[in-house]
Amino acid sequence: MSNAPPKRSVPGEAPALSLRHFSKRFGGALALNDVSLDVMPGEVLGLLGQNGSGKSTLIKILSGYHVPEPGGELLIHGEGVPLPVPAGTTEKLGLAFVHQHLGLVPSLTVLENLRMNAIASETRWWMNWRRERDRAREVFARFGLDIDPAARIADLPQVERALVAIVRAFESVQAQGRDHAGILVLDEPTPFLPKTGVDQLFSLVRAIVREGAAVIFVSHDVDEIMDITDRATVLRDGVLAGTLDSKGATHDDFVELIVGRRVDLFHTTPKDMSGRPVTVGVRNVTGGSLRDVSVDIHQGEILGLAGLIGSGFDDLPYQIYGARPASSGTIRLPSGQEAQLHHMSPPAALDAGIALLPSDRLGAAGVGALSIADNVSLPVLDEFRRLLLDWPGIFSRAMQLGTNYQVRPNKPEMKLASLSGGNQQKVLMAKWLQTEPKLLLLDEPTQGVDVGARQHLYGALSEAAGRGISVLVASTDFEQLAQICDRVLIFARGVIIAELQGSAITKGNIAEQCVRGASQTTASADHAKRQGAATS
Amino acid sequence: MTQAPSATAPASTARKFNWVRFLEAYALVFALILLGAVFGALRPESFLSWGNISTMLGSQAVLVVLTMALIIPLTAGDFDLSVASMLTLSAMIIAVLNAQMGVELLPSIGVALLAGAILGALNAWFILYFRIPSLIVTLGTGTFVNGLVLWMSGSMTISGLDDALVEWVVVRRVFGIPLAFYYAVALCAVIWYFFGYTTAGRRLLFVGRGREVARLSGIRVDRVRMFSLITSGVLSAASGVMYAGTIGAADPLSGLTFMLPGFAAAFLGATSVSPGRFNPWGSLVAVYFLVIGITGLTILGIQTFVQNLFYGGGLVLAVALSQLVRNREAQDFT
Repeated sequence: MSNAPPKRSVPGEAPALSLRHFSKRFGGALALNDVSLDVMPGEVLGLLGQNGSGKSTLIKILSGYHVPEPGGELLIHGEGVPLPVPAGTTEKLGLAFVHQHLGLVPSLTVLENLRMNAIASETRWWMNWRRERDRAREVFARFGLDIDPAARIADLPQVERALVAIVRAFESVQAQGRDHAGILVLDEPTPFLPKTGVDQLFSLVRAIVREGAAVIFVSHDVDEIMDITDRATVLRDGVLAGTLDSKGATHDDFVELIVGRRVDLFHTTPKDMSGRPVTVGVRNVTGGSLRDVSVDIHQGEILGLAGLIGSGFDDLPYQIYGARPASSGTIRLPSGQEAQLHHMSPPAALDAGIALLPSDRLGAAGVGALSIADNVSLPVLDEFRRLLLDWPGIFSRAMQLGTNYQVRPNKPEMKLASLSGGNQQKVLMAKWLQTEPKLLLLDEPTQGVDVGARQHLYGALSEAAGRGISVLVASTDFEQLAQICDRVLIFARGVIIAELQGSAITKGNIAEQCVRGASQTTASADHAKRQGAATS
Repeated sequence: MTQAPSATAPASTARKFNWVRFLEAYALVFALILLGAVFGALRPESFLSWGNISTMLGSQAVLVVLTMALIIPLTAGDFDLSVASMLTLSAMIIAVLNAQMGVELLPSIGVALLAGAILGALNAWFILYFRIPSLIVTLGTGTFVNGLVLWMSGSMTISGLDDALVEWVVVRRVFGIPLAFYYAVALCAVIWYFFGYTTAGRRLLFVGRGREVARLSGIRVDRVRMFSLITSGVLSAASGVMYAGTIGAADPLSGLTFMLPGFAAAFLGATSVSPGRFNPWGSLVAVYFLVIGITGLTILGIQTFVQNLFYGGGLVLAVALSQLVRNREAQDFT
């Protein structure tokens, strides 16, 4: 694998960031093994790898969280920096980080969050808030952003929160008054963003790079890496597997480098299930963002729900399950019984054979501090109820599920949080599939899951569907929907605007429908409004 | 993303006996034995006397029961600061009904336990219906109940309780130890069974560790929390019955001093036996560890303020220790 040369290598210009021979050992294992890389000013360097490939370890050495093994070297704009990096001083060096959780305080305003560094580290007896606000507006305007500095972070959409965090990071290195534009490390900032949000974030990144900053962009998503980066370095099992020129390489080149072999991506041919009996049907669902939506889910069908954020597609699983209240609508349960949707509750749904795997893995789906066995056994405790709970039985069940769903490591006594994201998801999917539900509801089932584990999860879902379990998947990962679904419903403004079947289910088609749908419904809604106004 | 490279961690071989885990789990037991041995060596004639030992075991049974009342809501993620007030109220109800109004003993006890259930239900209602943090609600109701007790008793100690109560709590002995101790141990056993081996106990744990996970797994979270608060109220009342039986009277204030030792024992107990979880046997050991320390120091002639030093310091140290055991993962009580 040839190492592509740094892109804008003006002769004589020092790399913005240059790291040499970074290694890190945990116990007996090398998590990072002699990794060296350069980032030039004005360049976006991608950093890719599966969970456990060493990319978080690398980032944590840069941020001063981990102490690297001796022998490493770090140069910022040609100047040596002593290792370990003293924690908390990276901004003085011109190096700022934006992590997935963004580090914003939701209950405070945009402005307060922007100035958090100053508030935290400087002593000032008089904050001139008006001047600060004007300055924030200027900064936002410079990057073409329309964000109100007085808004609370909690009231902003997820996208704008990420934008604020990135602007803040960039500003914090600018504020050091160095003659370099600094280095920004964006550590998986996109997994919670819809496609349009990602585009917005990318234009901000491009604007920042135009000002001369260097950006390291860490991600799982090959398409995003190909879109935003100039070059991309792939880590595998702690070593540098190679660096690709992002514009010249293909998707397959990246995947091969990440997993070390060509993976056969899971794929099923969508089947027409409309002749099968209906497992669950909902009629006239209104509530959350949804307005008067009706859906039939057939036996053994994998039905995808897609749309842009706010279109309501991700409300439906929670409303069917009774986890979020619907204001009206009816549901026909697998038993054939009709019920009012606002009377649904999680216990009632479970009784009816409906299970939900929410997207918030350790906040709503499983408890990280408890063991795998604890988590898996929760919905089936009654099966193990004797005079005393049958703990050996619970453990052997967890062990067996771990084998079936290829959980690694398969140790039921381990805490859920100590597994990688993909393995956590396998455990949580096993938790519900063992109950043999009639309908499994999923929201973003593979968020933050690496490409290898995804194929396992898809396999498990497809196998479940083969047994007659109906599966409803809400996702913004259109590629995933294209890979597994028999049918995909596209939502916009709370209604279903398109239904894709058979060979029409492609990533491109879903994306196009989502984006087009959003603009069309705006037009028709306006039209309807005008008509309504005219008749009244 | 906090994972160390778990994929590369060496696979553990056959289940070997884990000494580190064993020492961690039983450190408090060894500390208790050591502390007892030190005081025993210093003052063998008074500290190691059977009278002293059986008094310690019997008199602190009240604290054990009160600690059990605490660890149930703590496991579900709720604080109950009203337990000691409920203890006092329960003792006072029995004294007023039995000693002043001549009601039979058993009905008096029944009323006291019922009062515990009512206070628990009231706490639950404020906490769950209005979504107020349990800390605030129970701080308020506890203080309210203190006022009620002072009013009922006219700020006086009421004695003249039915001898049968004292008889069945501290006078009767098995192997020289008052019955109170056996009640407490029996309660620990019941709660141990409940926490570890019943589905309801598991649900309680999930409600405490992940409310949203519990809710979306079909657990009726509010019902579980209500149950835990009512149980806490009834057990606090039961500890009040034992307290009245231990001293043969009821006074409006002394029972309140159990509050802090209760929390100290609950948190210290959570470092032991099943480290990281509130558990009955750990709490039992913790109660007697604290009591041995205090009794020993008192026998050595150190003044009574040592009690506050020991319990107050004990609570903070215990919480610090239990945080170490839980890897400093923040606890979230609401």
